[in-house]
Amino acid sequence: MSDLSGANIIQQIKAGGVEFVISVPDITTAAGLLTPLETMASPRLVRVCKEDEGIGICAGLAHAGKRALLLIQQTGMLDSINAIRGVAVEYSLPICMMVGLLEKEPDVRPRESKRYGVRIVEPILDAMGIDYHEIEDEADVAKIKPAIDAAYAQSKPVVLLIGRRPTAS
Amino acid sequence: MMNHRKCFEALARHIAADDIVLPVYSSAFEWLDVRPSALNYTAHGAMGLASSHGLGLALGRPDRRVIVLDGDGSLLMNIGTLVTAAAAAPKNFYHFVCENGTYEANGGHPIPNKGKVNFAALARGAGYGSVHEFSDLQNFEQQIGAVLAEPGPVFGVLKVEPARPQQRDYNRIHGADVRQMFKEAIKAR
Repeated sequence: MSDLSGANIIQQIKAGGVEFVISVPDITTAAGLLTPLETMASPRLVRVCKEDEGIGICAGLAHAGKRALLLIQQTGMLDSINAIRGVAVEYSLPICMMVGLLEKEPDVRPRESKRYGVRIVEPILDAMGIDYHEIEDEADVAKIKPAIDAAYAQSKPVVLLIGRRPTAS
Repeated sequence: MMNHRKCFEALARHIAADDIVLPVYSSAFEWLDVRPSALNYTAHGAMGLASSHGLGLALGRPDRRVIVLDGDGSLLMNIGTLVTAAAAAPKNFYHFVCENGTYEANGGHPIPNKGKVNFAALARGAGYGSVHEFSDLQNFEQQIGAVLAEPGPVFGVLKVEPARPQQRDYNRIHGADVRQMFKEAIKAR
């Protein structure tokens, strides 16, 4: 079984110029990403009560010239579909989402998961015309910075799907 | 209860050229008439997210005041925003709710528990240290300048009458040209 390094993911987030991480805790990324981010001065962690708030905050930050990452679970992303539709897609804003896939089996592609709540994620993003990247093992981590850069360069949303629990180191 | 338009006219006298204002729905149409500016930010989607956009702007641009003119129905759709903003605590963030008890842009139906919801208490309970409530125009005119001089986050309840009948051209608040104008204005200043 492969590993996924939380430290390397955070390094990519920082390399992508992200100054703010907006988050509702997600069990997939809680230990490997959110816990280390809590201790860092930068990026600044902003805790929100609900994920669609985060879409709005990221939009405001984008207008202010600041890069942000919304760190959530796919359940929260699904709950925020209308905000993503209106603010990220129809207003063409660079909303970058890092989404932990709750209950996805390691080494199984999301759309091949036995879990309905996982299997539907990519088809929904396809239907919405939103770019996404699977982050399943270390080789995928290098996709993160270019994905963030592309979202801001082209002013459009992107979703980074975290397919297994990253280690804290 | 204050006249919505007169309340905004009094507020506008205390808004600086560099302030960013985020008015919502019926407040947006009133505000755009009272204080036209490229720094009015009206394209915040729906479902109560204006205060969240405003919080992002306040965090990203601490050099300028960000003023949200929310609706009561909108705030109820995103009530957690009070907790989030109180925790993030930007000193340049001013969140006002225009309380008229109705979903004015959606047929004038009442909000849940109209007349009994206490928005000031909700804000205090969420952790806001500075909370104000205004229902008298003269009192509002006398105090709003001092309220806007306080360090944020500040929350205010504006008890207003329903807005006058409006021509609601939603392109005025969501249109691509309006969004582009805001982007250019905030970059330029």
